[in-house]
Amino acid sequence: MGTLHKTKGDQISNGVKIAVIDYGMGNLGSVVKACNSFGADTRIIVNAQDFDTADKIILPGVGAFGDAATELKKRSLDKLIKDKIKQGLLFLGICLGMHLLLDSSQEAPGEAGLGLIPGQVVRFKDEGIKVPHIGWNQIEKNGDNPLLKAIEDKSYVYFCHSYYVCPDDKGIIITTTDYGAKFASIISKDNIFGIQFHPEKSQKTGLKILENFIKL
Amino acid sequence: MLTKRIIPCLDVKDGRVVKGVKFKELKDAGDPVESAIYYDSEGADELVFLDITASSDKRGIMIDVVKRVAESIFMPFTVGGGVCNTEDIRDLLNAGADKVSMNTAAIKHPDLISATSRRFGSQCIVIAVDAKRREPQEGKPPGWELYINGGRTPTELDAIEWIKKAEKLGAGEILLTSMDADGTKNGYDLELTKAVSGAVKIPVIASGGAGSVSDFYDVLTKGCADAALAASLFHYRQLSIAGVKNYLSEKGVSVRI
Repeated sequence: MGTLHKTKGDQISNGVKIAVIDYGMGNLGSVVKACNSFGADTRIIVNAQDFDTADKIILPGVGAFGDAATELKKRSLDKLIKDKIKQGLLFLGICLGMHLLLDSSQEAPGEAGLGLIPGQVVRFKDEGIKVPHIGWNQIEKNGDNPLLKAIEDKSYVYFCHSYYVCPDDKGIIITTTDYGAKFASIISKDNIFGIQFHPEKSQKTGLKILENFIKL
Repeated sequence: MLTKRIIPCLDVKDGRVVKGVKFKELKDAGDPVESAIYYDSEGADELVFLDITASSDKRGIMIDVVKRVAESIFMPFTVGGGVCNTEDIRDLLNAGADKVSMNTAAIKHPDLISATSRRFGSQCIVIAVDAKRREPQEGKPPGWELYINGGRTPTELDAIEWIKKAEKLGAGEILLTSMDADGTKNGYDLELTKAVSGAVKIPVIASGGAGSVSDFYDVLTKGCADAALAASLFHYRQLSIAGVKNYLSEKGVSVRI
């Protein structure tokens, strides 16, 4: 069993069980706190055997691609994620957690990602732009998606990254963001969602997106 | 479009905000979490916490502060001050900091930049630089000298050369303080900021010298800074963040309002 995180003032549980994957490389406090504030019952999963039951999985974004991919494998979390996604659990990858869904990344050549979304993670070309892309930028919607319920087009969200995903199937891109060129800031394929920015750091807009995910 | 950032900086000593002024909105101006919530509501784009705790055995207090802030506000923040090694960075990131800034330790051990940027990603490694204009002297090039130990110790190194090296090693951002401008309220050092911004392809946060709304405009336009930081100006409510951002927006600078 994972650790049950509950603090005073959290909403009464609405019964949605969220497993937040912890691969030992960064903080999950903001993500956990945000989920709990929407009534979710959030557990932190450090190893595959910690996983008991969950309705949804969140893979937050911290660290660099190579080390993160290695850690996931070491903890058998790669297999767990693939199995649970196959079983139909809703999955959300944030920043690096989104990158890990793809086949590979220029950040760590030769290191395999989860391969759940065909495509590559590439680095911004620093021609006329500063890399990393750090700060508040806008998301432009490509049509409707339940994750974007009540989110206005061109809302500002917080980015902090040097790499972005290039999925083979452009049809899964549900928002783009302009930085030098347009890149995929949210993708959605079947039960998998990936977000390039940090919803847990994007104040009202970000929290609404997390709430949408929890209530899907 | 990526917006320019306005960043208040809070000095924290033994877990308490230093120079905290008691606004009517704040019950406890010394509480970092309350101050963070206040700046969040004011529209700050990020926060910087500078730990000025002198004794190293009290540094655990800062980890608790970082944890409480991360669980209370949903906005990005950087933590710096006394960061010495990879473990310090890991602990601060684990506690919830989005970025960690290093100064003296990175200059003494530049390989710390490459090791930590590889491990945690460049985007969370900020290099803080204290630069002071060199007195014109025969035989010495003009420019800015790099200082360490909170601006107390000159290094004889050229600040811009160091910044270029830090970028090459994997730094993701530069927090640039002009020691000449700091505390003067006469405006940021535009020449220094522009020189640094032009020398690297990573974002530059300008610090030191802000006294009026037009100073922010100048450093974000003429100075080519990506973000502007101020401390006492916001603490003492001489300017509000919303006021600064409204002014910038009216002048055509892209900011998040």
